[in-house]
Amino acid sequence: MKFQRVKAVAKKEFLHVIRDWRSLIMGLAIPMLLLFMFGYALTLDVDQVPLMVWDQSNTPASRDVVSSFTGSRYFTLAGYTDKYREIERAIDERRALVALVIPPDFARRLDAGRQARVQALVDGSDSNTATIALGYAEFIVAGYSGRVALERLGRTSGAALTQPITVEPRVWFNADMLSRNAIVPGLIAVIMMVIAALLTSLTVAREWETGTMEQLISTPLTGPELIIGKLVPYFCIGIVDLILSLLVGRYVFQVPFRGDRPLLLAMSILFLIVALALGMLISIVGKSQFVASQFAMVATLLPAFLLSGFVFPIENMPFLLRIFTHIIPARYFVTILRGIYLKGVGLSVLWGEALFLVVFGGVVLTVAMWRFRKKIT
Amino acid sequence: MCSQKNREHSPYFSHGDLDNTVTLKELVKRFGDFTAVNRISLDVKKGEIFGFLGPNGAGKSTTIRMLCGILRPSGGSGTVAGFDIVTDAEQIKEHIGYMSQKFSLYEDLTVEENIDFYSGIYKIPAEKKQPRKEWVIAMAGLAEHRASLTATLSGGWKQRLALGCAILHEPPIIFLDEPTSGVDPISRRNFWDLIYRLAADGITVFVTTHYMDEAEYCDRLGFIYRGELIALGTPEELKTRHMAEEIVEVLCERPQDAMEIIEELPGIRHAALFGRGLHVVAERAVEAIPAITARLATAGFQAPQPERIVPSLEDVFVSLIETKDREAAPQQEFER
Ligand SMILES: Nc1ncnc2c1ncn2[C@@H]1O[C@H](COP(=O)(O)OP(=O)(O)O)[C@@H](O)[C@H]1O
Ligand SMILES: [Mg+2]
Repeated sequence: MKFQRVKAVAKKEFLHVIRDWRSLIMGLAIPMLLLFMFGYALTLDVDQVPLMVWDQSNTPASRDVVSSFTGSRYFTLAGYTDKYREIERAIDERRALVALVIPPDFARRLDAGRQARVQALVDGSDSNTATIALGYAEFIVAGYSGRVALERLGRTSGAALTQPITVEPRVWFNADMLSRNAIVPGLIAVIMMVIAALLTSLTVAREWETGTMEQLISTPLTGPELIIGKLVPYFCIGIVDLILSLLVGRYVFQVPFRGDRPLLLAMSILFLIVALALGMLISIVGKSQFVASQFAMVATLLPAFLLSGFVFPIENMPFLLRIFTHIIPARYFVTILRGIYLKGVGLSVLWGEALFLVVFGGVVLTVAMWRFRKKIT
Repeated sequence: MCSQKNREHSPYFSHGDLDNTVTLKELVKRFGDFTAVNRISLDVKKGEIFGFLGPNGAGKSTTIRMLCGILRPSGGSGTVAGFDIVTDAEQIKEHIGYMSQKFSLYEDLTVEENIDFYSGIYKIPAEKKQPRKEWVIAMAGLAEHRASLTATLSGGWKQRLALGCAILHEPPIIFLDEPTSGVDPISRRNFWDLIYRLAADGITVFVTTHYMDEAEYCDRLGFIYRGELIALGTPEELKTRHMAEEIVEVLCERPQDAMEIIEELPGIRHAALFGRGLHVVAERAVEAIPAITARLATAGFQAPQPERIVPSLEDVFVSLIETKDREAAPQQEFER
């Protein structure tokens, strides 16, 4: 392998990427889009919303309302108060997101069979969270008033009634209530897999399609030189994506980082090489850009999303699928990322996953180089 | 013109002991059950311009690709620069320049970036990089366009740039696959001037074309038709030796009508429109000329005396193809 040739290929490939805005968008904008989209969509199910309570009524009925809030998994009691100013301060200091104010006439109106009101004050600075928290509050109040209505009915008819319908909150798009902390590291794995594999899957196929490969294979350039040279710019894009994702995870989504930074970087580089090699192999075997990109979608995007444990826990999968996840590189990287990111564990725990990635990447890269022919077929 | 080349002083003649730099023996390429190249044997001498002539689909590109080591032959053997085209394909690639039929530089790179890329691929030493680049740019006449994207260049420039990139590393043999197809006549002329300059430096040029006029510029020619080599020789040899028949030129009005009457005469193979007259392929010109004169006079044509002429390469090629088709026709019917 001659460095001069690898350098020439890498340089030319950089120029292609820079001049082709589509690949730049795909390489940099789409990862960020994915991160923000999923980061918000999947993690907006705010649970344990800190709740401030001002119970002006202070009756069994009002305490009942409060406990139906604090007893749910959506709210935790941040404290009691008897001043609006304190509520304001708690929300400013983010000690509370929602405040529940129960007016003094609450129990009286309820007993009189009239409509009673409670007031919910919500921190609107994060409008998405506010909307969702408000939704929870409405849901709890609706449940409570349903109970009250039934009791009234029971009193008038003399019969004990059970609530005919209970509403179970069904959270869409994130049925398992994954926390943002688990989502963000998983997303990084998906993003790197998708970008690296999709971008590289086009590169060799494109040269066959445009005919430039015919010129290349008539020169002394070797397969490994071409492959390594071509991977360099995409490797750099992958690293930029990684760093951007880590920054967004840390500073936008506030995911705490507990682990060892150099270890995370090393593992990410390893995974990036695996993903790039996979894309390269697909590009070499696929020969046409269309076939290669379709195949890359099926072979990298879907498994990284569905079978890596990023969204759906592997333990809950059917047996055969669970076996199958063992050959999905993203599965190992998700484990590694969550381990380093959230638990701060090191190689002594993660060496098995790391070893798999090394072997997998090595095999795929070797096969790619072996499958690349400097011949027209 | 070709004979005036100053080859004795060329550096490429001093080393290597073989006279021939390209040799093919019974070379075959099949795609499925279609035979694209059928047992072609030929030799190309060092320093000559060898023209490979044939209509579209004849198998020119397929042959040239096998010679460049980028297509595996189905049978037969061959060497280029002393290396076997099957077993030493990668060594061949060190010693040749190849310009494929389709333009295959990077359109989204500038002229200079393309040159730099191939400089890197051919490992041109650092001190030679700049002079080689300037040489290519001057040769291709691209001084004003060095920073232009290749996509914006016209056909003639693209072809000269492609040639330049293929010879950056000063290979002793270059393979050019229809280098002038689709460019204007002036650019074609310029391109052939370049080919002469390279040949004058002792570089062997293997060039395919389907332009008959270009064939005249070559030292030697091979005619390929339906995968078979049907004639081989210098343009002179082909014109004088390779035709059993003789050519009579008839100049007259309404040549289409005259053609029909003439073709009915005995001893006439066929007639074809050629410029403003007809080229009549006759078994023997001395007999055909009086017969044609008499027949045209009775039919009321005003025509000067027909003359026997030296056949053009096109006459030779057309005649060879007709012979080939006549031989093949009964066979084909049998196959069906
Ligand atoms: N890769 C291929 N697969 C199948 N058929 C091919 C292939 N390459 C060339 N051919 C066929 O071989 C014949 C000769 O092609 P080619 O060598 O390109 O002709 P030329 O260059 O003389 O125009 C054509 O009929 C073409 O369709
Ligand atoms: Mg061709």
